[in-house]
Amino acid sequence: MSTADQQTPALRPMYRLQWEEAQGCYVLLYPEGMVKLSQSAGEILNRVDGRRTVSELVTDLQIAFPGADLEQDVRNFLTQAQNHGWLDL
Amino acid sequence: MAGSISDLTGQPLWLLAELTYRCPLQCPYCSNPVDISRYNNELSTDEWLKVLRDARSMGAMQLGFSGGEPLVRRDLEELVTEARRLGYYSNLITSGVGMDADRVAAFREAGLDHIQISFQASSQDLNDFLGGTSSFEHKRAMARAVKAQGYPMVLNVVLHRRNIDAIEDIILMCRELQADFVELASTQYYGWSRINLDALLPTREQLTRAEAVARKYQAQFKDEMKVIYVVPDYFEERPKACMNGWGSIFLTIAPDGSALPCHAAASLPGMSFPNVKDLSIKEIWEHSDAFNRYRGFDWMPEPCRSCPEKQKDFGGCRCQAYMLTGDAAATDPVCSKSPDHQQLVRQVEALGKLSDEAAASRPLVFRNMKNSRQLAAQSDH
Repeated sequence: MSTADQQTPALRPMYRLQWEEAQGCYVLLYPEGMVKLSQSAGEILNRVDGRRTVSELVTDLQIAFPGADLEQDVRNFLTQAQNHGWLDL
Repeated sequence: MAGSISDLTGQPLWLLAELTYRCPLQCPYCSNPVDISRYNNELSTDEWLKVLRDARSMGAMQLGFSGGEPLVRRDLEELVTEARRLGYYSNLITSGVGMDADRVAAFREAGLDHIQISFQASSQDLNDFLGGTSSFEHKRAMARAVKAQGYPMVLNVVLHRRNIDAIEDIILMCRELQADFVELASTQYYGWSRINLDALLPTREQLTRAEAVARKYQAQFKDEMKVIYVVPDYFEERPKACMNGWGSIFLTIAPDGSALPCHAAASLPGMSFPNVKDLSIKEIWEHSDAFNRYRGFDWMPEPCRSCPEKQKDFGGCRCQAYMLTGDAAATDPVCSKSPDHQQLVRQVEALGKLSDEAAASRPLVFRNMKNSRQLAAQSDH
């Protein structure tokens, strides 16, 4: 599966993304489970809202983290997240 | 003291709130303690609210409202509201009995994240026989109400010798009810199910057939419904990583406020479990003897102590080790490296040789207060 530029990924309704002060990271919560997210995964998912397109997400992240070449990482992560069943594209 | 707190104590990420042991169902495989009749002193609403706040400040994120039947507690909506305010992902683990569409809507309003409904079987007759009450049609109606509110829904069916051959019907029923997840959890033998082991343990042939069916539908429904199939660990060669290790991430609070590293731990002899009425959750988690007893690796005997897999399975389950060997610190006999493994294998094989008729004629001890009192009286003598 690929992430086309104009797709607008959204977190599936059963998932909740939350910043956890005690863990110092974003976590993804779902029925009887949770995943601690890496910093980059958290930053990406925090921008995923069902409205922003993949290209807009990439642009947003490049503004927030200038100097890094993020595009491929973002696309790879979105594909992974979709394979985990976290996202609807 | 076992383990070093500074490097091994995790956070109690998982809080299981067993609100009550009262339950309208009488499932003979219930994982509650056999002595449920001794728990007649339930925490008050305020005491539960304090548990929720304290555990959350210790890092808890996942919260299970369980029991018994948690719907028996009329303050459940209030507890759910506070759980949402505190930032828990809250799960209601219920039989569906005691629920109606209004209450489902009220939970939605209060911020409950997910509802798991149990079924005992895919046919009304067997479901109602095993639950000891007529609940099948109500459960189906409640599953529909849960989906109508837009909830993610897990349907849970505990599998055993009496219902496992209907696994295909069970999966198709769950699909029809639009479950997001199906947990086909084989009975684990603790509490009531241990008493009923002879009648409930499936045969190896049953398991082989059931697993093939589960695999088929896992593939077929991959994108619509996740099918989780768990085999009974008595048939395995390596133990389960019970609770992800003792005192590692799980905290159970029993109806009377006892704090337990797992919901079966009260069955262990010679341990006194701290109570949230007396101590803070922080003191309990970090400093109580009960939570440190089997934490980490220092308590382990051989063959676990020198085993390269100890970081993966933590020596298995303490309650099971005690039940099968009389020593809670022993290696879980499910492990083929345990000196007690062969005895378990022989027991499983012997039960597998029981004919279907013989197994079906074994009496089931149903989980209810009357039977609990009788069993407690017997064990006191």
